Amino acid sequence: MMIKIENLTHKYSVGTPFEKVAVDHVNLEIEGGEIVGVIGHTGSGKSTLIQHLNGLLKPSEGKVYINGQDIWADKSKMRQVRFDVGLVFQYPEYQLFEETVYKDIAFGPRNMGLSESEIHDRVLKAAEFSGLREELLEKSPFELSGGQKRRVAIAGVIAMEPKVLILDEPTAGLDPKGRNKILNQIKNYHDQVGNTILLVSHSMEDVAMFADKVLVMNKAKVFAYDTVENVFARSEELKAIRLSVPQITNVFHRLNEEGYPVPRNVYTVAYAKRKLLAELEKEGKLHA
Amino acid sequence: MLRDITIGQYFPGHSFLHRLDPRVKIVLTMIYIVLLFFVHKYVGFAISVVFLGVCYVIAKIPLKMILRSLKPIVPILIFTGILNMLFVNTGEPFFKWGIISISWDGINMAVVMAIRVVCLIAASSLLTYTTSPISLTDAIERLLKPLKVIKFPVHELAMMMSIALRFIPTLVEETDKIMSAQKARGADLESGGLLQRAKALVPILIPLFISAFRRAEELALAMECRCYHGGEGRTRMRQLHMGAGDAIAACITVVVSGAVIAANFLPLPW
Ligand SMILES: Nc1ncnc2c1ncn2[C@@H]1O[C@H](COP(=O)(O)OP(=O)(O)OP(=O)(O)O)[C@@H](O)[C@H]1O
Ligand SMILES: [Mg+2]
Repeated sequence: MMIKIENLTHKYSVGTPFEKVAVDHVNLEIEGGEIVGVIGHTGSGKSTLIQHLNGLLKPSEGKVYINGQDIWADKSKMRQVRFDVGLVFQYPEYQLFEETVYKDIAFGPRNMGLSESEIHDRVLKAAEFSGLREELLEKSPFELSGGQKRRVAIAGVIAMEPKVLILDEPTAGLDPKGRNKILNQIKNYHDQVGNTILLVSHSMEDVAMFADKVLVMNKAKVFAYDTVENVFARSEELKAIRLSVPQITNVFHRLNEEGYPVPRNVYTVAYAKRKLLAELEKEGKLHA
Repeated sequence: MLRDITIGQYFPGHSFLHRLDPRVKIVLTMIYIVLLFFVHKYVGFAISVVFLGVCYVIAKIPLKMILRSLKPIVPILIFTGILNMLFVNTGEPFFKWGIISISWDGINMAVVMAIRVVCLIAASSLLTYTTSPISLTDAIERLLKPLKVIKFPVHELAMMMSIALRFIPTLVEETDKIMSAQKARGADLESGGLLQRAKALVPILIPLFISAFRRAEELALAMECRCYHGGEGRTRMRQLHMGAGDAIAACITVVVSGAVIAANFLPLPW
């Protein structure tokens, strides 16, 4: 599934004193099969940008192509686009409405017009992917905890088996353990299904750990779109727009500047640990 | 789509009208609206329309905003217009076909009603365009204060109004968000018959109600935590003051009203 954005501009509240350019002449091409982390300051236009990918927002200017098809060319195909490009909103737990978790997850697949048995299969699979135990399925979504509600909402989109899955800050407001669990589940899901995932996040650590590529938005424009290594290698530029790099990267930069023989391109704690242990082992051998 | 509702929406600015005391603006708007129902001659209507137009120009509100606030009442205008034309049968007939007869008086009545309704909406929209909701409720609370004597809960009413006004944009935004979220799951809100469309609203209304109740509860709690216990002994942060501008505005309105009423007695046929 290839996404291509051409010269996309979006303005809110056109013709009032509140007019605001939220996305400004953005060009972007995303190949299929990767996890793309989307980062940027609050208000930089991330949510606005991603709502164009399934046609929820209409571009003020520019085009959006999914698999080479201009999504606004034929409005009758828009629903298909929404099934192909699944979008999980920020705080998605507020969209739940059904009597049971099962029915809520089934809402998307039912809208696709699938058969009852197919819907059943998909609900079970989606619940498993998002880490919902089976006995929860017959509960009311309003009895669940915040984190569980979030999973239900994510499962509701996964159940449509979108070829592109977009998650707008899926971990906002969760505790660190809940965050890691959800992100790991998303990663697992990606490994099994091999679809494209866009993950909006405020955490550099999460992006470094889970994404293949990073899209940096700044002031309604794309600041950078490249692999994790290449983007975080530009730490000075990122600091200039007041974004950070992962803290572990900062630590290693500092160590490197102080003269320790450590590499600068370290982005995750796990990788850092391996590097350090290898280095220590070398030293140990030298001394022996 | 939901954002097209502009009545009750503040259009920030610093014009003469924006700076008037909100109490004065409310009273003058009410005088103007009452006046509209005393006008019988087209000269009077012309003066009223021009007066309102000048006010809009002074407030620097674009023409588009007026049209937008009038859009929702177009069906009502057409409906009452047709009723007036069909049922007012006095005077010279203008058109007759079978049992349908339309008289000049009927047409006259329809036009007069249309002008009145349009001016009424445009005038009250002007009030809300140039006055922030907060000052509006402040002013209403002040204006209704005398009613406290008969134990009318003025403060509570004003508080309810300001809370309602405060939450309209929030609820609109929330509705937008929930609609988007359900559309992303393939909800079809635009096609199908009446029943189907009503059913399609369920996934939007339920989350909306739940969040409205949640917000209400949180707000009540937050207010209690800050020791809110009604209007007794509360002082206000914003004091309302009347100035020379308010006197001028009042004088101009009185003069215009006088002219409009005088026009009723002019020995003119229209
Ligand atoms: N519905 C709307 N109406 C008017 N302006 C909006 C609307 N939604 C967003 N904006 C404005 O557009 C800009 C971009 O908003 P957007 O939600 O895309 O930012 P974001 O990068 O997702 O931020 P966050 O990290 O806080 O979610 C902001 O300045 C915001 O105020
Ligand atoms: Mg956002």
